[in-house]
Formats: sequence, structure tokens, C-alpha cells
Amino acid sequence: MASATTTKEAAGRGTLNNVLFYVFLVAFVLVSVFPLIWIFKMSIVTKTELFASPPTILPHTPTSESYAKIFSDPAFQQALVNSTIISTATTVICLFFGSITAYAIARLRFRFKGTVMTLILAISFFPAVAIIAPLFIQYAQVGLIDTYASVIITDTVFALPLTIWLLVAFFRELPVDLEDAAKVDGATTIQAFRKVIVPLAAPGVFTTAILTFIHAWNEFLFANTFLLDPARQPVTVAIPNFATVYTVDYGAQAAAAVVVTVPLVILVLIFQRRIVSGLTAGAVKG
Amino acid sequence: MSVASASTEKKKRGWFKEEFGNPERRTAYYMVLPSLLIILIVAFFPILYGFVLSLTDSTISGFGSFVGLENYVEMFQDTDFLEGLSNTVIFTVASVTLEFFIGLGIALAINRAFRGRGLVRAAVLVPWAFPTVIAAVMWRLMFQNQVGIIQYAADTLGIISEPILSSRTLLLMGAILVDVWKTTPFVALLLLAGLQVIPAEVYEAARVDGANWMQRFFRITLPLLKGAILVAVLFRTLDAYRVYDLFWVMGNRELASLSTYVYEGVRISQLQFGPGNAAAVFIFVTAFLIALFFIRVLGMRTSVEEE
Repeated sequence: MASATTTKEAAGRGTLNNVLFYVFLVAFVLVSVFPLIWIFKMSIVTKTELFASPPTILPHTPTSESYAKIFSDPAFQQALVNSTIISTATTVICLFFGSITAYAIARLRFRFKGTVMTLILAISFFPAVAIIAPLFIQYAQVGLIDTYASVIITDTVFALPLTIWLLVAFFRELPVDLEDAAKVDGATTIQAFRKVIVPLAAPGVFTTAILTFIHAWNEFLFANTFLLDPARQPVTVAIPNFATVYTVDYGAQAAAAVVVTVPLVILVLIFQRRIVSGLTAGAVKG
Repeated sequence: MSVASASTEKKKRGWFKEEFGNPERRTAYYMVLPSLLIILIVAFFPILYGFVLSLTDSTISGFGSFVGLENYVEMFQDTDFLEGLSNTVIFTVASVTLEFFIGLGIALAINRAFRGRGLVRAAVLVPWAFPTVIAAVMWRLMFQNQVGIIQYAADTLGIISEPILSSRTLLLMGAILVDVWKTTPFVALLLLAGLQVIPAEVYEAARVDGANWMQRFFRITLPLLKGAILVAVLFRTLDAYRVYDLFWVMGNRELASLSTYVYEGVRISQLQFGPGNAAAVFIFVTAFLIALFFIRVLGMRTSVEEE
């Protein structure tokens, strides 16, 4: 390294630095995505190849056997349906309540705004496990155990801080003038919110929806607590249980993991710019 | 809280009238009320209820009688609890420290314009978007004795002498590794966002004044990044402290944390309901103290008031 800098001076140093920088980047990207690639490889090889020692780096004879197996398993299909229902419902409910609350916090003046915001944000610091026993008892009393509603309600509460936080940040970026103009024209606060803010904030609302959906899709603790019936369990609960169903069928386990993750990875790849701006919106503004 | 009672009380108190007499403000309260109510019912009420439960000999199916601090005494005497506590502390300190230093390094390295930025950002987000449970399943497969690439590599290099999944120490180290893999990118992203709002002129001025890179780092970067660092570290600490999914799935219920102890007590074993509830209260109180420490002692800004 030293000789390069002395002989070719600044230009040489620049090139070398650039090379090192890209080597670092490639290593970083590889470490990040390696497990996904490796598990994908495990899911498309034959059983003999899976157990081969030393392991093969590239698959020799790709096969869709593992995928055929899990997709023909009604329990896995049901788990995918359950996850979709729970995550979609949570996202819709969160956005509905969240956008209303976020608008009040971003735009309207009222005395207890600080208290309200503190109460909401406190939830994101909340150790969820601390309330599973009392909630179980409460839900059992009203007959919510083994219903989608039990998980949707609880997921909503724990996703709300994220939803509200993001939406407040997005709403504040919008110009106030338009709402003021609407109000001058006789619109009420609610009308100004519905007719002016909601359409304008659509990109931010969309980003929030993606992040809320990912949050709900990935949730495990509440689903594992309130849903005892396998017919109601989402993929996060069902897949670890596959380890006992497909005991040594590691290919099927790998295939199930890939199927559950790929939709998220696609979402992330398409909307990465927005997701990053959403994730960092709160942190930077402090 | 009740808006209906506003009209009767507004004469008594000036601010009350101001708050609820004004239609815009009244609308504001209507708008925050639904979210607030559901949060109070589903999160804050159960905490109080859980505290009461921890002082009784209740079971999951029936409310019991008052037993004082008995559950707490039993909890502190339980070796499973102590193991969960020590695992949780080791896991939290190790993973957050590693994530912070590696994340800061990455953020500093990629804080410039370069080709392929989008690709790096996408790669960073892939582990973050993974469901923790699925990440645990995947890494468990890679640690696995017969088909696991990591076990194979470790065997070949002669680093370890026993199967990873049957040693609790190795499992804990594995869990730290998975957490670092999964969340370092997120930490890097938060810190990078913090770095990007530091104006370039500050560095220019320092360079003109002859400050070397170390002085620039310790005198400019770190102080100006303090807010972002505190946010990232607080979030990560509380997240690691309540670890459940990763331990439960990757350790196949063998690896104890505080959260798995609670879960085990209140959902699996019928006899441990009392100590399980005591541990639930313990987690809540200690997590609260950690948050308080960051906010009060380290001076983290939590204000979300308008500019």
C-alpha cells in the first residue's frame, strides 16, 4: 500500500482507495445476502446433494421437488392465507386510525399533544412479552382466542407507533397553504384532511403501508400466544413447526423459508428508496 | 377526557374552555382519541393487570388470592430465570456493541457518492426485511450438523469440537451472530442518515484550520451524530433486551432469555404462571429504566413537538 502511494502519488492513492472501497462493498453485500442465496440453493437441490460432504457450491441438478412438496401441503397454504389476512387487515386498520391521529399531531394545535405522543411512542419501547398473560386472560374472557381478531388487534396496537411516527413526518412535509386555502373556502378540518392531505400524502402513506405490512407479516410472539389452532396460524408460527413435521427434510424447510421471504425481498427491492427515507425520517429529525 | 362533559366544566377552568370550546381543538381530540383508547386498553391496562397478577397465585384460568412478593422470591431462586437473565444481558451487550461499531464503520465508509449505491442500499435492507423467525430457521439450517455450511466450515477449520446446535454457549454466540447480521445494516442506515445532515462546510472549515481526520472525527462527526447514535443504540438495546423469536426458534426452545422464561411460564408450564408473571413485570420495569437512562442520563432528545 505504501509503495503505491509514494510512486504514483495522489492518482495512485485514489485508484487504490477506490479498489479497496469496492472490495469492501462487495464483501458487505455478499455477507448480507449470502444466507438467502444459500438457503435458496438448499431448497433446489436433491436430497443426496443436500447431504453431500463437502457441500457443493453450485447446485448440480436443480429440482423443484421441495417446492412441490410444501405447496401441496394444505397446512402451508393455509398459513400463507392466514398471514395475508392478518397482515392486510392490520395494515388497513393501522393506516385508518394512524393517519387520523397523525394529522392531528402534525397540523392541529392542542394542549396535550406532548403527552399523547409520549404515550404512543412508549409502545415502541414496550416489551410485548410483559403483557401476553394478562391479554390472554382478557381475550379468553371475550372469546377472542384462536381468532384472527386477537392477533390483528394486538399487532395494530404495536404497529401504530411506527405508522403514526412515519405519517407525522410525511404530513409535516406537505405545504400548509393548500389546507389553509381549503379552509378559507369553507372546508372543515376533516374535509381539508380528507380532500387535500390524503391525496397529496399518498406516496408517504404508501411507504407507511409497506413498513406496517412487513411489521405485521414478521410478527411472531402474539400469533404464537393467541393462536393455538394450526388452521389459524400465520407462516411465522407454522414454519418453525415444520422442523418437527419434516424432521430431516431440510430442503422443504428451506423452500418454505424462501417462499415466505421472497415477497418481502421483492417489496424491498422495488421500494428501497422510499423505505430508507421512511425508516430514517424519524431518527434524523429527532 | 370525555368531550361530553366539556360544556358543563368549561366555566370552572380557563384552559378547559380554551381546549374544548375551540372547534379545531375539539376535532384534534376526536382524531387522537381512537388510537389512544385502543393503546390504553390493549397495552397499558394489561400492564397494570399483569402487575396485580404477579402478586397473586392466579393461574391462566382463574384469579387467585394475594400472596405478596412470593412469586418474585420464587423467580429469583429459579435457575432457569437466572440463566435467562444472564443470557439476555450477554446477548444485549454483545450484539448492540458489535452492531454499533460495525454499523458506524459501514456508515462512515459509504457516506459518499458512488456507483452502485442503490444496490448496496437494497442489500442492506434484505436482512432487515427478513422475519426474525425465518432468519432463525435459515441460520439453524446453516448451523445444522449434517447439512449446515457453517458447521462444515468450522469442522474443516477445526475451530469447534462439538455440534453448534447442542452447545448452549455456541448457540448463544450463534444468536449474537444472527442478530448482528440482521440488524447491523439497519444501524448503519440510521447513522448514515445522521451523517448526511452534517453540513460539508463544517468539515471544510476544519480542514482549512488544519484539523486532521482524527480531530475531525472526534470534534465534529461524533458530537453532531450524538442524536442519531442515541436513537439507534436505544432502539437496538430495548429490542435485544426483549429477544424472544430468535432464541425460541433458533435454540429450538433450549436457549433461555428473559422473554422465553415468561413465555414458558405463562403459556407452556401450568406451574410456573406466578414466577412467569413476576418475570413479565421485571422485564417491563427494567426496560423502562433502560429507556429512562438513555433519556435522562445521556440526554437523548425525545421531543416531538412542532418546530
